[in-house]
Amino acid sequence: MPMLPPVSKRHTGWRLFLMTVIGRSYPRVVGMQRERSWIFFDTFLPMLSVAAYVFVYRAIKAPEDYVGFVVVGGAMMAYWMNVLWSMASQLYWEKETGNLALYIISPGSMMAILLGMALGGLFATTLRAVGIILLGSLLFQVHFVIASATQLILVFFLTMVSLYGLGMMTASLFLLLSREAWHISNLAQEPIFLISGFYFPIKNFPAWVPMVGSFIPLTLGMDAMRQLAFASGPSLGWISVNIEIMGLIVLSIMFLMGARLLLNYMERLAVREGRLTESRG
Amino acid sequence: MENHYAIETQSLGRVYKIRNPGKKENKTLTALEGVDLQIKPGELFGLLGPNGAGKTTLIKILTTLLAPTHGYASVAGYDVSKSPDDVRQRINMVSGGESSGYGLLTVRENLWMFAQFYGIESKEANQRIKTLLEIVGIADRANSRSSNLSTGLRQKMNIVRGFLTDPEILFLDEPTLGLDVGASRDVRSFIRRWMDDDPKRTLLLTTHYMIEADELCDRVAIINKGKVLACGTPASLKQSLQKDAIFHIDLDSPKVLVESVFSILPGVTSVKIHDNENKTIMDLVLDEESALANVIATVTSQGAQIVTLQKREPTLEDVFVKLVGQRMEEVEHADAPAS
Ligand SMILES: Nc1ncnc2c1ncn2[C@@H]1O[C@H](COP(=O)(O)OP(=O)(O)OP(=O)(O)O)[C@@H](O)[C@H]1O
Ligand SMILES: [Mg+2]
Repeated sequence: MPMLPPVSKRHTGWRLFLMTVIGRSYPRVVGMQRERSWIFFDTFLPMLSVAAYVFVYRAIKAPEDYVGFVVVGGAMMAYWMNVLWSMASQLYWEKETGNLALYIISPGSMMAILLGMALGGLFATTLRAVGIILLGSLLFQVHFVIASATQLILVFFLTMVSLYGLGMMTASLFLLLSREAWHISNLAQEPIFLISGFYFPIKNFPAWVPMVGSFIPLTLGMDAMRQLAFASGPSLGWISVNIEIMGLIVLSIMFLMGARLLLNYMERLAVREGRLTESRG
Repeated sequence: MENHYAIETQSLGRVYKIRNPGKKENKTLTALEGVDLQIKPGELFGLLGPNGAGKTTLIKILTTLLAPTHGYASVAGYDVSKSPDDVRQRINMVSGGESSGYGLLTVRENLWMFAQFYGIESKEANQRIKTLLEIVGIADRANSRSSNLSTGLRQKMNIVRGFLTDPEILFLDEPTLGLDVGASRDVRSFIRRWMDDDPKRTLLLTTHYMIEADELCDRVAIINKGKVLACGTPASLKQSLQKDAIFHIDLDSPKVLVESVFSILPGVTSVKIHDNENKTIMDLVLDEESALANVIATVTSQGAQIVTLQKREPTLEDVFVKLVGQRMEEVEHADAPAS
């Protein structure tokens, strides 16, 4: 008697794409929630820097909405760290464990793998970001005044699409790199804190700084969200929300298409150069 | 279905560029050269060779992970360079000692995840996972986190991953690497059973264990320094030594015996001397048995004593020694890794 019947059905096309996305998001949607301590630290540690800024702002008697800005920044920081460490440099780890080779040789597409990584990361991070917002608002009595919930949701959605699109694009770019990817992520971390204005309004900068910073979707996204969520937001905003929405749409399209093109190109290059598998020695 | 080999290569080669920061010109390393293989559907084919022989390089090329720099390779009738997507729908691969999957997921979840990438519906995937885990004897670990598995159990999980998708052609790169005797035996008997179940399945495995190639494979290619030196059934490879007489001699020797003293004796095809614990072991291949008298006389004249003397059947190891002039272990130790 045969020990196993043949596989009766193998999906292809968009069904396979969808199944691949779901498969790859699973470890992040379910697995990452198993380590309760991670959720705690991922929520609690960002609160420390948030608290530091809050105390400074209160000490210098900055406008009270600055405190709300910082809490929002703390939540968005969680997404930035997730994109940097679990998207951009992720393929380096996948290469070392041998997963990358298995992804490449499977019939499912690499774009679906990246999308699964992104959606899973987005889900896991949202749990933490919500924790940061709730905890921060409670601890520091943040007062939200939502100007337009629809616009706020739209801005958040577009920010996430473009941010994770950027993550997918850098992940493909880093396909060729090994440990360098890790170093580059490390280098990118701090300057972005500054120019994207995680803990203060970017309006305070000379105009060229946020202009450069706008390549990171969080710069536009946070500025727009703050304008939409706080009473004094509009007066502290950089440019109009509508322009920022347009900018985010452009970034989303640019990064997602860029990810697709780069992925194909990088995969071919890596196959030619023999860099798809774990680095030796 | 059209008539084709499951795997075919023609003058296949791969040259790696060694990046050399500091120096201007890059060095190159030929990992594979002029490989011609024809593997029919249904064959269990083994690549036998020492470390650095190019086994993994060949598997990477056939699984579309690495482009050849010379020649041509096809899998299931598709050119690996031109139609990688067609190849990928028909293959799977498992490497010895791989740490694939995610430690936070259970064994079952990890396997389910990989089945998703092959478009196999969850219900069917889970059914197959259950059956396979039972066959390899780790059903009780289905719900343990994979990070908690020992090397042997982990490798069984990896093996299940490869078979789960029922590939037309399966590649196993040193599937029993680092496993203890019992686990290796389990893995080997599972591989054999899987092949016997369906005559259309093709399997290519690499190994540097002689018995694995000998007991398991229908045909074996012996590979060293990127070249295929011989190819055939284990029996036919050993047949080439049938005329020779092969002896295994345990010696008690007060001083180190030198091989060259024996290899110049008439009738001696090859001689290998190595120490094992406090014994000296001599592996001897003779043109004809009558040459043995001379060898024994020389042993005695060197002040050594014969503890046991055994005539034995040729093994693939002997075939390797005859082809390369060294035992596989010696080849592995001689090659200092390129830095
Ligand atoms: N990416 C690479 N860049 C440069 N050289 C490489 C690369 N991969 C392998 N090599 C070299 O190519 C040769 C063949 O390596 P390969 O991994 O194919 O051997 P193998 O037979 O699988 O050996 P092992 O038993 O160690 O797995 C070796 O000398 C190895 O150092
Ligand atoms: Mg190898």
